[in-house]
Amino acid sequence: MELECTTITRETVVDEVTKMKNDGYRFVTMSVVDLDEENVDLLYHFDKDLEVVNLRMAVPKKEPVPSISGVYFAAFLIENESKDHFGLEFDGLVLDFGGTLYLEEEVQRTPFCKYGVIRKDAEAAAEGTA
Amino acid sequence: MAFMTPTIVKNFFGKPATRMYPITTREPFSNARGELYIDVKECNMCTLCARACPAQCITVDREKATWECDPFECVYCGVCVDVCGRKCLHQHDQYRAPAVEKFVMHEQGEIKKKPKKEASDSA
Amino acid sequence: MARTIVPFGPQHPVLPEPIHVTVTVEDEIITDAVPALGYVHRGLETLADVRDHVQMIQVVERVCGICSMIHAACYVQGIEEMMGVEVPRRAEYLRVIWSELHRMHSHLLWLGLYADAFGFESLFMQFWRIRERVMDLMEATAGARVIISVNVIGGVRRDLDEDQCKWVLSEVEDVEKQIRQLQTTMLNDYSVKKRTVDVGVITKEQALELGAAGPCLRGSGVAQDMRMTGYGAYDDMGFEPIVETAGDCYARGAVRFRETLQAGEIIRKAIAGLPEGETSVKVRGRPKGEVITRVEQPRGELMYYIKANGSKNLDRLRIRTPTFANIPPLTAMLPGMELADVPVIILSIDPCISCTER
Ligand code: SF4
Ligand code: SF4
Repeated sequence: MELECTTITRETVVDEVTKMKNDGYRFVTMSVVDLDEENVDLLYHFDKDLEVVNLRMAVPKKEPVPSISGVYFAAFLIENESKDHFGLEFDGLVLDFGGTLYLEEEVQRTPFCKYGVIRKDAEAAAEGTA
Repeated sequence: MAFMTPTIVKNFFGKPATRMYPITTREPFSNARGELYIDVKECNMCTLCARACPAQCITVDREKATWECDPFECVYCGVCVDVCGRKCLHQHDQYRAPAVEKFVMHEQGEIKKKPKKEASDSA
Repeated sequence: MARTIVPFGPQHPVLPEPIHVTVTVEDEIITDAVPALGYVHRGLETLADVRDHVQMIQVVERVCGICSMIHAACYVQGIEEMMGVEVPRRAEYLRVIWSELHRMHSHLLWLGLYADAFGFESLFMQFWRIRERVMDLMEATAGARVIISVNVIGGVRRDLDEDQCKWVLSEVEDVEKQIRQLQTTMLNDYSVKKRTVDVGVITKEQALELGAAGPCLRGSGVAQDMRMTGYGAYDDMGFEPIVETAGDCYARGAVRFRETLQAGEIIRKAIAGLPEGETSVKVRGRPKGEVITRVEQPRGELMYYIKANGSKNLDRLRIRTPTFANIPPLTAMLPGMELADVPVIILSIDPCISCTER
């Protein structure tokens, strides 16, 4: 069973989401799915008249994703959650908890990645000292 | 507040809604899911319950024919009761009484003879 | 004007669960509110890696105690859809009955807490006193008071016989009668109105834009209820959503109050139309694929995204709970209000924090 999705990319995500907003869709949520060591799938779910519409975007974990919280303010919470759980970085997050929405500052692991990826800045720091 | 007055007056003269627990207790409902117990003589150590338990609090040792359950991890879901093919797990209709010390329910079953055990394995 | 920052929560008399809101006030008027979560985060979604898809039913029930049955119903509905299981009609009806009992007890719980938030203790006691009867109904029919655990993949675990149906009907009628006696107090009382009317207003446009769910959305005039999609047996219930237009705390309270009574109505319909037959079917195999299911919880729309790869454990389980959706609207309700109204406004979204953080 497959989910009906429109595939989007990092370049088009903000435009696509803005279009959804202009069409009167309500932002439901976003799901992050761990694909493998390198990549995650981001699914954006919208709702209008009880129909769900999904946008799918595969992104590498290490590179920042454009935030849609500028378009839908409601997205700030889930983007912060993804940051905590998967160590993703969002560009232009309107209310940034810096990866401490759920977790404590000392937590450097990203618990929802099945492959135990270390958070970016910690990794960068480790590389810097190496 | 005025709309509330009839209710308050009624409550004032009516029977209390609560009981003098623990002096008076309510009759438990007949099929409530309460404390788990095992009829170990019936058990054939098939480990189905141990594998199905969502809290993973049952340990079954086939070699020694022991059945163990940590009652303080049990969430009273009754899944083990449903899956047991021998119908030897049951639940009382009341919760386990509070205890001051933790313990593990330990039951010793019969060690079945080899051929019989293999028959139950393949079943 | 003096600007002050007041921390609200995580421990506060009106909060049943910990949430923190940093409230910035100028004199007594709120100018900004920033929520902070994370006090009860458990990471239940990742438990899908170590528990198989059948055991996960009991895990998702514990995402939220108050609406446990509906969480499990949503989850099994998703798995059933993925595996192409035909659920017996009787099971679907029974799920409706238990869902509505859950909605009733959840709303009564909330109505009590809400009354407590604006300081109406006797109303709080009265609502909780009524709620206890609903809890008894659940214990007698399903075996437990709160986490009733009736769902399995392919149906339900318990059945209602005729005597039980009759008893449920008479009890529900009595409960409804008692709730009706509180209607004037809840909806017309001067002091209740004084605390709730025009407090925490959120317009229809704001509610939609901020992705509100459930009574928050319906209180602002948007007729959106997942039960309108007719999942399970709701297509037979002739369901009409309850909508208020004011968008303030009073409207949200009124929506919930009327929904409590509506739940009784639905239970009556479901018992009247309860079809004969099996209550569950045997399910073999493992789920594979991706699915989104949505149901209506007492607090709003609940969404599950489930991805399975044909193995014992699920690939990904994502739970979007209604309170998670209602926190951004909360930040829009607070500015412009007085500090003393903060407890009422926070309570008016029916915050279920354990559910939000999972
Ligand atoms: S009742 Fe549930 S938690 Fe308790 S032992 Fe049985 S399966 Fe495990
Ligand atoms: S499922 Fe029943 S027979 Fe099998 S080990 Fe458990 S209690 Fe014994």
